[in-house]
Amino acid sequence: MSRRLIVAIVVLLVAAAVVVLLPFQLDGYHEGLAAKVAIFFIAVLGLNILTGYTGQISIGHGAFMAIGGYTTAVMSHYHHTNLLLTLPLAFVIAFGFGVIVGIPALRFSGVYLALATFALAVSVPQFALKFSKFLGGSNGIQTFTTPTHLWLYVVSWSCAGILFLVAWLVLRGRTGRAFRSIRDSEIAAAASGVTLPIYKTLAFGISAAFAGVAGSLFVLATNGFAQPNEFGVFLSLELLVGAAVAGLGSLWGVLIGAIFIALLPTVSADVPLIGSAHGQDVVFGLIVIGVMLVLPTGFAGLLHRLRSLPGIRTAEGED
Amino acid sequence: MEIARRIRIRERRTRNIGGGVSVPVVLFLVAAAIFLVVGSLVSPIFAQQTVAGLAQGAIFASLALSLVLIYRATEVINFAQGEMAMATTYFAYQLTLWHLSYWAAFFLTLLMAFVFGAVVQVALIRPVQHSVIAVVIITVGLFVLIDGLVTWKWGADLKFMPAPFGNQVYHVGSVAFSRQDLGTLLVTILSVLLLWVLFKFTKLGLAMRAAALRPASAALVGVRVNRMLAIGWGLAAVLGAVAGLMTEPTVFLQPTMMQAVLLYAFAAAVLGGLESPAGAVIGGLALGVFLNLIGQYVGFATSELRLPIAFAVLLVVLLVKPHGLFGRKQVRRV
Repeated sequence: MSRRLIVAIVVLLVAAAVVVLLPFQLDGYHEGLAAKVAIFFIAVLGLNILTGYTGQISIGHGAFMAIGGYTTAVMSHYHHTNLLLTLPLAFVIAFGFGVIVGIPALRFSGVYLALATFALAVSVPQFALKFSKFLGGSNGIQTFTTPTHLWLYVVSWSCAGILFLVAWLVLRGRTGRAFRSIRDSEIAAAASGVTLPIYKTLAFGISAAFAGVAGSLFVLATNGFAQPNEFGVFLSLELLVGAAVAGLGSLWGVLIGAIFIALLPTVSADVPLIGSAHGQDVVFGLIVIGVMLVLPTGFAGLLHRLRSLPGIRTAEGED
Repeated sequence: MEIARRIRIRERRTRNIGGGVSVPVVLFLVAAAIFLVVGSLVSPIFAQQTVAGLAQGAIFASLALSLVLIYRATEVINFAQGEMAMATTYFAYQLTLWHLSYWAAFFLTLLMAFVFGAVVQVALIRPVQHSVIAVVIITVGLFVLIDGLVTWKWGADLKFMPAPFGNQVYHVGSVAFSRQDLGTLLVTILSVLLLWVLFKFTKLGLAMRAAALRPASAALVGVRVNRMLAIGWGLAAVLGAVAGLMTEPTVFLQPTMMQAVLLYAFAAAVLGGLESPAGAVIGGLALGVFLNLIGQYVGFATSELRLPIAFAVLLVVLLVKPHGLFGRKQVRRV
């Protein structure tokens, strides 16, 4: 076994141990926060697959989260479906939706794709408002039962672990190589036999499916309420920021990115001088700008640079 | 030679009437204009909606202009454009609080907006301009930062500025034209004309175009490319300030005033072609009128669907004519 693989497995085992032991140290509120980290972990992971590995910029993942979230809320509200069962359902439905979005997205690239996905992010919550009789309008729709903090913590971190494994398996195989080749040069990829439409749509589908599961858990975390204003533009922008801070094109920074967007609002709640109401925004904006100026390749880039410091250099090449 | 002749790539040649405007697009626009005039003569409701749509569209157009300018100069989308416009409008408000007259504050604000835009470009965008994602993220961060700072300094409650064009309303038949709307339309058209003059007839405009299209070659002939980019952002900020000041009489001064406008401005800019200032204005006006007429005559299209409809228009245009109504087809190099 290569040294890098051993290090990776050790890190994962330590992380898993921390995750398993943590709830015994935390109270309900903090368990909820930790669950929030897991939720954003899944969403940013999905976004990273699309934007970091396949090079398709998406500022619309809030919409996919909304799809998953509303699936859970609607199924639970109208059909009393078991909450756990709604998760794979959300996965599948969001996957389908992602594929449907991915097909016209084949015609866009770069900044136009960013705008098209942005349009999606803005429009999807409006549809929830429009069909208010069925989807609850601006008050939203609530699940039949609401889970406890501990349930949420266990389920969201289990999903995070499972989906991380899925992502890792997908990305290290042929599909992952196809994705990376599309990011690096679409024309070269096509010339090498990668069927662009299939892989690009697949990337959209997988990425949306991840976001859908995250959305389901997100709804469960907010007392089971699925409301349009929670899935607004800002959510999509937050996810993109999280993915950039994590470092696009690498799985290892995703946790840091998730921690950043999940915990920053709470941590920066009381800023001296500016006060709690707007201090959050100012701190968020400053840190985002600062991180991008200092570390444009995100946390994963930092790890990469640390790894190539003399003395820590391994015999392996890059990611 | 032989091979070059055999591998000639057939491109569909559309006849251009200078500046990327093709014949079908012009015909379409003329037909639409005739439709609007006829409709307005037939039905006063139609006329009122059209006029209101033009007024709203002028607001979209003015912000779309600054988006187009930045995209043309630096090939990035500035998500913070609306917030920068909003911040400069608050600055004008502060000047009026310090007893400056409206128009003195107006022009001083334009000056300050120029500096603001240029400083943002130099300090924040230039270090990361090689990476599209990094620039997008920074503009997002700027969006949030400006929002927070403005709300902290001036509060989130509504503020009011003196009306630039007065509150008079003219009546033609049963259709009401407000002086403010006419003024906004005039200012927007004036901005486009001034931009056109700048780009077509001045050395500075030529240098800016060169810096945007071929930075390396431009640098070789002595164009200070970085300086041109900064000036581009400064000008865009000035246009944004104009947009904000023209929007204020309608929605009044609040930190969220430009957020919805920004979204419609994106749709308008893409509709018209991200590289075309004239397209931005026509796109904005067309979008405003279209949204109002659809809202009036199509029962399903209630106010919640206004934004999705605007974006549906954007998507349809992108699918049919990818570079917008007035955009030029880009040749991609492998």
